[in-house]
Amino acid sequence: MREELLAVIEKNSRIPLDELAVILGVSEDKVVTELVALEKEGVICGYHTLIDWEKTSQEKVNALIEVRVTPQRGQGFDKIAERIYNYPEVRSVYLISGGYDLLVTLEEKSLKEISMFVTDKLSTLDTVLSTATHFILKRYKDHGTILDKKRVDEREIITP
Amino acid sequence: MTKPLSQKVLDIKPSGIRKFFDIVSEMKDAISLGVGEPDFDTPWHIRDEGIYALEKGRTFYTSNAGLKELREEIAKKVQKVQGVEYDPMSEIIVTVGGSEAIDIGLRAMVNPGDEVIIPTPSYVSYEPCAVLAGAKPVIINLKGENEFRLKPEELQNAITPKTKALILPYPNNPTGAIMEKGDLEKIAKIIIDNDLYVLSDEIYSALTYKEKHVSIVSLDGMRERTLLIDGFSKAYAMTGWRLGYACAPKELIKQMVKIHQFAIMCAPTTSQYAAVSALRNGDKDVEMMVRAYNHRRRFLMDSFKKMGLECFEPYGAFYVFPCIKEFGMTSEEFATRFLEEERVAAIPGNAFGDSGEGYLRISYAYSIDSLKIAMERLQRFIERLRKEKK
Repeated sequence: MREELLAVIEKNSRIPLDELAVILGVSEDKVVTELVALEKEGVICGYHTLIDWEKTSQEKVNALIEVRVTPQRGQGFDKIAERIYNYPEVRSVYLISGGYDLLVTLEEKSLKEISMFVTDKLSTLDTVLSTATHFILKRYKDHGTILDKKRVDEREIITP
Repeated sequence: MTKPLSQKVLDIKPSGIRKFFDIVSEMKDAISLGVGEPDFDTPWHIRDEGIYALEKGRTFYTSNAGLKELREEIAKKVQKVQGVEYDPMSEIIVTVGGSEAIDIGLRAMVNPGDEVIIPTPSYVSYEPCAVLAGAKPVIINLKGENEFRLKPEELQNAITPKTKALILPYPNNPTGAIMEKGDLEKIAKIIIDNDLYVLSDEIYSALTYKEKHVSIVSLDGMRERTLLIDGFSKAYAMTGWRLGYACAPKELIKQMVKIHQFAIMCAPTTSQYAAVSALRNGDKDVEMMVRAYNHRRRFLMDSFKKMGLECFEPYGAFYVFPCIKEFGMTSEEFATRFLEEERVAAIPGNAFGDSGEGYLRISYAYSIDSLKIAMERLQRFIERLRKEKK
């Protein structure tokens, strides 16, 4: 039930508790207990909303930055990752296998702010060897959701 | 056209659903609970494989019985789901949907005057197909109090010296009923004692919500007398691809291939290539869909409970079959008023046989959000009916 519960709320975190209980076939108390436990264990880290900012008047620029770093003795990549993720404009930091080490995503109001972040803050860190910045031009799909696509039911109204 | 057309065909009644369809199609704003096919798109990897087959120019006929690699995958799948081994080369045929398999299976099985037992409510094509094959349909009216399972005494009473075959449609459309192992064992015994064939239509085998689906063909002495029908439409959301299959002893498959070869030639090639991918890589898609159906099923059962609408808990397919007898009207009256007053289309139970009278087929091949709106309207509707009665 735990894995099924997570699968449901990963898609819809706003589902009412009573409905969650009904579709999972368990009591509401059990759902609450499980949710509390999952939050406590840090399995559920937050309840976010997927927003297509393009459709608002807000300007937002997103970038992916590949970062090559020198791992530090005794701390590997954790220390440098921490220095990067503490910046509030950093949306995510991943340790990556392959040609570079960290993938950093960034959200700012303008290209200028992003380039300033990269040149002033990121590149100047001691252990950072190089960076490559990619600006996101269009978001088609995010968090498993295809943006900008309305599903139309094309089935016949009635079939046997 | 002056000369008379085939009397046999003229005598066949058009599907009861058709009539209702005509009323519904005039109401553009109605929400429907009347669809017998999944709401999911065919999983992308399957569609992609179909596209790839077209790109590669795989646009020719396949062998009559179907692509060899597809039949091999079907054999593995049947071994896993139904628990029985079939030889892909001589005991499996790929058909145009499960529907074709029903048609050619019956035609290959019966002689004029043979009786074919059809439990109802059930899918609308068994009876006409049996008639077209020259058989005499013998209808069993299944009962709500048995959760529309076929009971041994009901079968026993329907058997005559002319009985040739039983159609066993479980998991069932329209009732959502299933037959569990214990139910099937009693049926199998009667079948064997009377030396009958079984046409087991298991098109909904992937969609069960209790224990894993059990097929009658897996019981002792049944493989040699069973025509097993399954397909891709419901499990993989592939209705429009028109692809099903039948498994049976080679004597029967050989005759079915003959009809298929002259009437159809082969099942659509693009669909067959896509289906290979469905069988090889589609397990997790099916799992995801079954889970979603189960959530909706529980949601509907809970809604019925809250509004005090009688309905046995169905464990298969994607239908619920609530009883509307308390309102003192026929299924058609109920469905028509529900449509006119609340703009929701659900199919009157009697469209699937007389024993469906007093019931309504509600499909849950719809998103929870649509079902929620529909249930609010149903609640409002039945509260009004209850007030009227007082």
